[in-house]
Amino acid sequence: MDGSDLAELTALAPDPGTPALSVEGVSHSYGERRALDAVNLAVPRGGFAALLGLNGAGKTTLFSLITRLFDTRHGRISVQGYDVARRPSAALAELGVVFQARTLDLDLSVRDNLLYHAALHGLGRRRAQARAAAVLEDVGLAERARDKARELSGGQMRRVEIARALIHEPSVLVLDEPTVGLDVASKATIVEQVRALSRTRGVAVLWATHLLDEIEAGDHVIVLHLGKVLAAGEMSAIIAAAQASDLRSAFRQLTGTAAPTPEREDAGT
Amino acid sequence: MSVATLGHERHGLTLGGYAICLNGVLWREALRFIHQRGRFLAALVRPLVWLVIFAAGWRQVLGVSIAPPYHTYILYSTYVVPGLLAMIQFFYGMQSSLSMVYDREMGNMRVLLVSPFPRWFLLISRLLAATVISIIQCYAFLVIAWLWGVEIPDAGWLVVLPALIIGGFMLAAMGMVLSSVIRQLENFAGVMNFVIFPLFFASSALYPLWQVQQSSPILYQACLLNPFTYVVELIRFSLYSTWNPTAILVVVGCTIVFTAAAIFAYDPARGLLARRPGAAA
Repeated sequence: MDGSDLAELTALAPDPGTPALSVEGVSHSYGERRALDAVNLAVPRGGFAALLGLNGAGKTTLFSLITRLFDTRHGRISVQGYDVARRPSAALAELGVVFQARTLDLDLSVRDNLLYHAALHGLGRRRAQARAAAVLEDVGLAERARDKARELSGGQMRRVEIARALIHEPSVLVLDEPTVGLDVASKATIVEQVRALSRTRGVAVLWATHLLDEIEAGDHVIVLHLGKVLAAGEMSAIIAAAQASDLRSAFRQLTGTAAPTPEREDAGT
Repeated sequence: MSVATLGHERHGLTLGGYAICLNGVLWREALRFIHQRGRFLAALVRPLVWLVIFAAGWRQVLGVSIAPPYHTYILYSTYVVPGLLAMIQFFYGMQSSLSMVYDREMGNMRVLLVSPFPRWFLLISRLLAATVISIIQCYAFLVIAWLWGVEIPDAGWLVVLPALIIGGFMLAAMGMVLSSVIRQLENFAGVMNFVIFPLFFASSALYPLWQVQQSSPILYQACLLNPFTYVVELIRFSLYSTWNPTAILVVVGCTIVFTAAAIFAYDPARGLLARRPGAAA
């Protein structure tokens, strides 16, 4: 190996001090319409960050860029220090993803869905089977392993998707509005399970939501509105900076728009 | 095992990892095919209808003279078998592209595309999976055709395999390109009318080109420009262990072009999918 090879490897290797997920100056447009405008955010290793924004704020576009469904043309995104554009394989191997839309294959069993995903991450059969059993246990659905995905409720499907996202043991889990369309009990279960997984496994979580009741004191909150990050920091810091009494008031002051309540969201607003 | 200890292990996408990934894509395609028994039945019934009904009706009308690769006069049912094999592959290629549009609409496509393996490899795996399933259908059809009385040379059973592999791959790649430009599942009916039927009928699948040339020189030229014609001819010649360099060159060339176009279309940096919101679903 000559000097230039070494220099290249050094340049590509991630710095252990870098955040688990880093988004720097990312912009994205659909034709003339700007969906994201110089977005910056970071999720520390093992941390839990809530990406708070109304529908149309740009959360799903940001997820598409993080997961490389779209190419990042302006700015830089890295996962565990691996640049998504330059080292996509390393970055995606570190990433677990739960999309907003349901992405289970309804004709396959729960277990087969997980094994398929494990194969897409190069996990051998034996290891994949062991991991599938473990992650289903984690989300409390071990007894439904042989059922077809279409036989599950909406909340159970979502939990299977979370299990699937974790099967290859990612260090970063990104979830795009994972509780949309679920009943109150299912929402609570999912929020609780993901927080527990983050705590016990040290997985960094980026949780996109437009529901304030899914955010807890101490969470790192990023307020995204019309493609721009309006505020980022601990919940208490955001409330203090906005000179508001709570996060709801702070959100209203920052965006000029009322944050939806769970009741309004359930009513389809 | 902790997150930290796993870190670097998974970044080395080893040859074994590629094999596991390819196997997973094949396995999923096979499972979907098995679970949708109606699809398998329809895939077999369609060419059988042509063989049993159409060919029986036309055998007295269409005279098929001696022309390569045949060494003697043949029945129309014998002539049409290679075309029906190509039809099976063509329809399965389109079925696979329909499945990709469905996967995209349902969001399953994202699961494939966020795999750490290179996107070209994932797409080629998907094409290989579609090719393998179509070949299984082709052999099932060949057995039934043979039981029906169609004579198939002994060597042809084996020699036709490479032709089915390359032909199936080309048609699956063509389907994948189409899937990238079809925005909604509903638009697939348009593909049937404007792509599948014209390509199938303007080919040598159902009638020899010399007969087409006699009746319509324009249609004959269209048949010569149609890549599906060359898939049919490649299968036909291979079934009789005969070399057809033109067909091989055209099919291999089209395979390369269609595969490159499909990889381009699904490339997040340049492809068609990145140009519209929500399109990568």
